[in-house]
Amino acid sequence: MPDDLRRIVEQAAAESEALREARRNFEICNACRYCEGYCAVFPAMGLRREFDKGDLTHLANLCHGCKGCYYACQYAPPHPFAVNLPKVLAEVRAESYAEHAWPQPLARLFERNGTVVALVTALVTAALMLGVKLFSSPEVLYGVHTGEGAFYRVISHGMMVLLGGATFGFGILAMVVGGLRYWRATGAARAGRITPLPVAKAAHDAFTLKNLDGGGHGCNDRDGDFTQVKRRLHHALFYGFLLCFAATSTGTLYHYGFGWQAPYGYLSLPSLLGTSGGVLMCIGAGGLMWLKIVQDPEPVARRLMGGEYALLILLFLVASSGLVLTAFRGTSAMGMLLAFHIGLVLALFVLLPYSKFVHGLYRSLALLRNAMETRRARG
Amino acid sequence: MFDASRQFDVLVIGGGNAALCAAISARQAGASVILLESAPKAFRGGNSRHTRNLRTMHEGPTDILTEAYLEDEYWDDLLRVTGGRTDEKLARMVIRETSRVVPWLAKQGVVFQPSLTGTLSLSRTNAFFLGGGKALLNALYRTAERAGVEIHYDAEVHRLRIEDGMFTGAEATIGGFSETVRARTVVAASGGFQANIEWLKEYWGEAAGNFLIRGTPYAQGRVLRTLLDGGCASVGDPTQCHAVAIDGRAPRFDGGLATRLDCIPFGIVVNREAKRFYDEGEDVWPKRYAIWGRLVAQQPGQIAYAIVDRKAEELFLPSVYPPIRAESIAELAQKLELDTATLEQTVRDFNAACRPGPFDPQTLDGSRTEGLEPPKTHWARPLDTPRFTAFPLRPGITFTYLGVKVDETARIQMQDGKPAANLFAAGEIMSGSILGKGYLAGFGMAIGSVFGTIAGRSAARTARN
Repeated sequence: MPDDLRRIVEQAAAESEALREARRNFEICNACRYCEGYCAVFPAMGLRREFDKGDLTHLANLCHGCKGCYYACQYAPPHPFAVNLPKVLAEVRAESYAEHAWPQPLARLFERNGTVVALVTALVTAALMLGVKLFSSPEVLYGVHTGEGAFYRVISHGMMVLLGGATFGFGILAMVVGGLRYWRATGAARAGRITPLPVAKAAHDAFTLKNLDGGGHGCNDRDGDFTQVKRRLHHALFYGFLLCFAATSTGTLYHYGFGWQAPYGYLSLPSLLGTSGGVLMCIGAGGLMWLKIVQDPEPVARRLMGGEYALLILLFLVASSGLVLTAFRGTSAMGMLLAFHIGLVLALFVLLPYSKFVHGLYRSLALLRNAMETRRARG
Repeated sequence: MFDASRQFDVLVIGGGNAALCAAISARQAGASVILLESAPKAFRGGNSRHTRNLRTMHEGPTDILTEAYLEDEYWDDLLRVTGGRTDEKLARMVIRETSRVVPWLAKQGVVFQPSLTGTLSLSRTNAFFLGGGKALLNALYRTAERAGVEIHYDAEVHRLRIEDGMFTGAEATIGGFSETVRARTVVAASGGFQANIEWLKEYWGEAAGNFLIRGTPYAQGRVLRTLLDGGCASVGDPTQCHAVAIDGRAPRFDGGLATRLDCIPFGIVVNREAKRFYDEGEDVWPKRYAIWGRLVAQQPGQIAYAIVDRKAEELFLPSVYPPIRAESIAELAQKLELDTATLEQTVRDFNAACRPGPFDPQTLDGSRTEGLEPPKTHWARPLDTPRFTAFPLRPGITFTYLGVKVDETARIQMQDGKPAANLFAAGEIMSGSILGKGYLAGFGMAIGSVFGTIAGRSAARTARN
């Protein structure tokens, strides 16, 4: 048997059921192409005749799950062709998160991801609260603290920086390595060198969620009706998250640049950024959970729902606990509220590379590759 | 739930584009409307489900169409494909109305988009539905429901009571129960009879048993038959149907557009005896694809095989089914279960007859055979570069031409020459009046939309008086 043929045979044998089903779906879609106007997946599919594992992984991560193609599909179940791209691509995406996770042994965290996210969140938060309880006296923990450095009397600034820096740093490192592994393994290098224009295009598409627009009228959030609800909720969650990140960054600047210590006044920049970000995150995470409950279950990969709910709940808890802490920071509840909030934030940092959170990374890389391929195809 | 005691102004029979256009426009004209779709909800919409565009006249570029496409050019195109088997007055009315019906559909929620890639260059003449026909249907059903049209699925009409051109009631099975539906007027928009194999056998004999039906299995023609039995005048040749060659592995029904094959001009086509039987390169594919259904239907076993070599693989859109591939003609013959020696001889003869000329897949080029019977008059290149690729072909029936005769208000005409009192028709069930032969891409949806809206308004007006 020739070497390339052996490689193909071995690859086929190693492929998951979801990958084979995605290929079967795309071979039908590529002969139909009615959905070309909905999103980037179909033009990207049209550039290909055959779909190797790298192509399928790329297309799956390019899919934003808008479901427009499912409701428009003349071959959707119960038609014998049983085309259901949103469902099968969600499964391929989830497999790709595990496959490119670093370090590899932790890929197993993506099995029963809902349980993992819930357990890690509970353990990290409980450990921090317990630690605070053990290492601080009741007078400090349940006392009322006001003025500069109030938080740091419960958890020292050095400890916060150490714990936050270590977990966040590791999360980012693991995602960078995962992203590089993904880029190599899916054959993205074939799309050529990375240049500024495709990067700008990909960033635009990511920040506007252009592919949740369904060609102008939004997507099928709940059923066959087109709305912009999911897109707007995701915007609320994502930009709320960025606002919170900006709040932390300005706080860091205040601390090290000006020597001003948290907590900051309600009308200060870090507080305004954090409060508005927290409210947006609660709306976004809560709304996306509501959509999951009311949506048509057919074009959805049900076995992934646990992990998706778990991350949304975690994000909702991080944001809402921050808001509650801000509201009650002048009371004796501040100590435990702070420990609870910081515990949740650390849990989120730890889980960044091992939860649905990584979809942002791989989706952005898929958007970049697509922008590069599109540019090359146009010549 | 269906309420048998209620009398509606308008009964619409059918659930495709024409039926919905009729139901919505009748409702907008103030009529109470009931729509009976014989398919279950998941398969609603008849053949409209598999469509994707509507041929429309327009006087200049629009957001979705390039250049201009005027009435006379549209009419010339129709005249050419029908060979004159059309009705100029009705046809020109449809053509003119298409420029109004596209904005009307958009107002009902249908989203249009610029033409798709690989669609036989229709960007100037055809308005494409974003997402295709099923997306169009979803929008129209939503609009009809919100407007208050009473819609029933799994609701098959099997007999219309017609006395002297006057409809008095419909016998139907709705959700498994036999019901009588009472209405002042009726719009028949339930398509042709192409899914009724027994009916096709009346004209095609046992060969019809090997036909594949590209569209809905629910086009049984029961309403058409009851109208003709009730004295309505017929149009269109009952023996004729639109048939193309599709992938022979397609399902018996509902394979839709994705089962089409565009590879015939770039290779050869052999029958079960491994012999060629027609000029594969007679003309450009958009002008020839519709004759191949009939050609394959006339071959033994109603099957044929298209074969191309490596050079041609990228020249056509991929099939929905995997290509059958082999490194030699002999191996390919085995895979196709054809006689190896005969297929090798057929290919040898063909290759020897190819005269080198400039090859251009887009135009009528100079590559042709000499001294070969039947000849291949364009795009003839030897099959000499492995790997070889084959697809089985079978006749795929799109629609039938037999229908009922209507006037320009969509009113059905009776066999005695008088107009029916309260019977109207729209869509495939009456398109034989305008399209007596051949086909023009997107014209079925044009007739359905224009006559659908006209039939709905006419029925509402008649019900009021």
